[in-house]
Amino acid sequence: MESTTQTGSFWMPPQASTTAAEVDSLFDFIMDLNYIFFAIIFAMTVYFVVKYQKTDENPIATSDLSHNTVWEGLWTFIPLVLCLIVFVWGFRVFLNNTVAPDNAMEINVTAQKWSWSFKYDDGQTTSDLYAPAGQPVKLILKSKDVLHSFYVPDFRIKSDVVPGRYTTVWFEAMKPGDHRIFCTEYCGRQHSGMYRTVHVLSAEDFAKKKSDGFEGRPEGQDPAVWGKQLYSKYGCNACHGLEEGEVKVGPSFYGIYGRKGETADGQSYVANEEYIRESIMEPMAKIVKGYAPAMPSFKDQIGGDQMDAIIAFMKTLK
Amino acid sequence: MSSNTQANPEYQLGEKESTNYINASKGLMSWLFTIDHKRIGLMYLFTIMGTFALGGFLALAVRLELFTPGQTIMGPDAYNRVFTLHGLVMVFLFIIPGIPAALGNFVMPLMLGAKDVAFPKLNLASFHIYVIGTVMALYTTLDGGVDTGWTFYTPYSSTIDSQVVMMTMSAFVLGFSSIFTGLNFVVTIHKMRAPGMTWDRLPLFVWALYATAIIQVMATPVLGITLLLLAMERVMGIGIFDPALGGDPVLFQHFFWFYSHPAVYIMILPGMGVMSELITTFSRKRIFGYRAIALSSIAIAVISFLVWGHHMFVSGQSAYAGMVFSFLTFLVAIPSGIKIINWSTTLYKGAISLDAPMVWALSFLILFTIGGLTGIFLGALGTDIHLHDTYFVVAHFHYVMMGGTAMAFFGGMHYWWPKMFGKMYNEFAARLAAWTVFVGFNVTFFPQFIMGSRGMPRRYYDYLPESGYQIFHQISTVGSWILLLGMLIMAVNLFSSLKNGKEASSNPWEARSLEWLTQSPPIEHNFHEIPTVVEGPYEFPIATATATPQGAESSDP
Ligand code: HEC
Ligand code: HEM
Ligand SMILES: [Cu+2]
Ligand SMILES: [Cu+2]
Repeated sequence: MESTTQTGSFWMPPQASTTAAEVDSLFDFIMDLNYIFFAIIFAMTVYFVVKYQKTDENPIATSDLSHNTVWEGLWTFIPLVLCLIVFVWGFRVFLNNTVAPDNAMEINVTAQKWSWSFKYDDGQTTSDLYAPAGQPVKLILKSKDVLHSFYVPDFRIKSDVVPGRYTTVWFEAMKPGDHRIFCTEYCGRQHSGMYRTVHVLSAEDFAKKKSDGFEGRPEGQDPAVWGKQLYSKYGCNACHGLEEGEVKVGPSFYGIYGRKGETADGQSYVANEEYIRESIMEPMAKIVKGYAPAMPSFKDQIGGDQMDAIIAFMKTLK
Repeated sequence: MSSNTQANPEYQLGEKESTNYINASKGLMSWLFTIDHKRIGLMYLFTIMGTFALGGFLALAVRLELFTPGQTIMGPDAYNRVFTLHGLVMVFLFIIPGIPAALGNFVMPLMLGAKDVAFPKLNLASFHIYVIGTVMALYTTLDGGVDTGWTFYTPYSSTIDSQVVMMTMSAFVLGFSSIFTGLNFVVTIHKMRAPGMTWDRLPLFVWALYATAIIQVMATPVLGITLLLLAMERVMGIGIFDPALGGDPVLFQHFFWFYSHPAVYIMILPGMGVMSELITTFSRKRIFGYRAIALSSIAIAVISFLVWGHHMFVSGQSAYAGMVFSFLTFLVAIPSGIKIINWSTTLYKGAISLDAPMVWALSFLILFTIGGLTGIFLGALGTDIHLHDTYFVVAHFHYVMMGGTAMAFFGGMHYWWPKMFGKMYNEFAARLAAWTVFVGFNVTFFPQFIMGSRGMPRRYYDYLPESGYQIFHQISTVGSWILLLGMLIMAVNLFSSLKNGKEASSNPWEARSLEWLTQSPPIEHNFHEIPTVVEGPYEFPIATATATPQGAESSDP
């Protein structure tokens, strides 16, 4: 997480993509204009206020200047020209930042309340994003529920994720490191909890990790411990607590394994492996009585090993 | 006295009468069902002070919650409701009606030399509808509230389980209030001007209200329909915005901003109008560039209808659309810039005194300049991508709306307070309040620029301790307490002036527009006889010209 702490310039976060520097030069240019124009207005105002105070010697105005064509022309024309420069410059930066190069590697991104999933060309999915350094990556974004927005400050990229249509962004990370992903379109309770990480790896590491599986169980780790990590990675924690009787959007996982319950349409069930698997893959099939049908499906995201780990984790909660 | 104003100097004020619009009739009903524009203005004023206080307390709660990461005083659901309500209250209940319906209602007919607005009953209806809308919004809040943000973006708003329908209906109702006021003002300004009050002798506040009224009448129906469609989608399931029903969520954003961008100018133009009055009066100087200021209000009103897409640069709209909207946004920036320079130039060779209203006006000048300049970052496509939906935007719009409009509102309130109530407030306390608010405002909102450009997203209940944003949040929260202090000083000072204040003369600031011609507080019908106007509103005496008595020329219209 080091590189997501603030070590950029005074105004900007670190520059970690090939287009960040361009955005920042434009930002700096506009900032300079801001400083200059602010200084002019501020100085003028303060100077006049001090100099033309109403006093006994200066009881009434000493001029009734009502216009001055030359000056007015100048201060319309100069800002107009500057604005046009900023406009053209801004548009060019925008195009560079939104039109992906042809050789970009494509990754499919799905947003849902309140997690992200990233799907690579070999079919594996991850909850954090993994990307190689020095290679353009194009993200194809879609949403399963409401609007979200994919934002990586260090890369200076952002795009809304819109249900019912695809949007894209691209970036080329410069060197290995970790960067924060935020959701910047308000999406409900856990909007601010929808942050994840982009792990930029060297090309070799990327290839190796990809063939090992990016988010496979780390060698020798207890599946239940891994299951607990997945619980927060996939955002189950946004809706399910771990304390006894804790009610968030959904029921607590405390003592869930083997629990007897009733569905909204009055069937009774026992939460065994199969029930839990079905609850995660096809949440609409059985709705727990007293809860809204609010759980998204994790069908394309949670693989067999991960499912086993989550269930193993649940078994420990009692 | 009277010959100081733009009216014919033969107009005689006469003895101050003891009956005025405040004590002319008694009882609650004589207020609630009055058709006197001054009484309606006053009722608006007090209601709006209340809504501002409510919005302010919600803002304090938001700031307090963000003082530390994780939960500080409330959970995420409460937080989301609180910031949504803050936005809704401030936008629909405070800032849109604030200057036009409260201050404008009171002074605009006086400024025109008229006895009332064109449709006094419509004016009252507008107030009643405003109250109904407000009650609906408050009821909705008690009944669970909404957590969608004031923008009601779909499909979140069309699917989430909260009181969206009731809240949108409240905004729908409030829209009518706004339309009625706008309609009334347009007609009043066209038809009710006193003899000799030609368009180029109109005070700039009236010009600004005129431009505002046009936007209100033309843009508000679009919001009404949009919210109605949203409510229909929720209630009847017709698919307009929700993709699950075959609708298009981005369409909602287009509709919404088609109103809400022009609405930004409904919010700021009246403030600009107040500015022109304050700056001229307290520098005792003719306004620089009357025509440029008057016409740029109209230019802003027209172009503001064509820039809504700058709120949607990252929404997935086409790059071509983005380009057009970015371009038009820069065009609309120019007239606002011209106004700032003109106000500043007006000070040149004036005789400036820093009375309380002027302190507010100078705050406006500084803060609105910052708000406007930081808008350039957001109008430029390349930088907006990074800054959109971060705290940078939050800081920007507070500099414009609070630093701009709210400062003008308070300045105007202090300026016309003696006219409204016939009482002077304590000048020292009033200046102290204005300076305290100025400091508190900057401490609150400046840090938000920094954390925003460093990537802190808006509408966030929580942030990570290691992200480096905490210090900025904390400074900002402390700033909000300074703001509170300033507001309290102001409120105590104004209210105690009603009891203990010195009597105000008819023209305590030696201003020139017609509202200062009548006594303070004005008589029920404003003027004994309609004044004739002989010159512009800003023709203050000057030291260097040969002194001709004002209005010495023939005074007949
Ligand atoms: C948006 C909120 C939300 C998220 C995120 C979510 N769930 Fe749920 N979940 C619910 C709700 C609501 C219910 C109860 C209604 C139902 O049965 O669908 C539920 C029910 C369940 C049940 C059945 C519980 C019982 O007591 O019978 C299981 C198991 C479950 N979720 C697992 C998960 C796992 C694992 C994840 C993360 C991969 C997850 N959920 C993410 C909302 C959510
Ligand atoms: C004239 C006065 C004000 C107006 C018109 C105003 C308007 C708004 C609006 C429209 C929003 C957006 C709400 C949303 O995103 O749905 C907002 C957010 C916010 N306001 Fe204000 N506001 C005003 C005063 C204040 C004050 C005095 C403070 C602080 C003391 C404040 C603090 C905030 C904060 C912190 C947010 C962001 C909440 C978030 O995005 O998480 N506002 N305001
Ligand atoms: Cu979100
Ligand atoms: Cu806009």
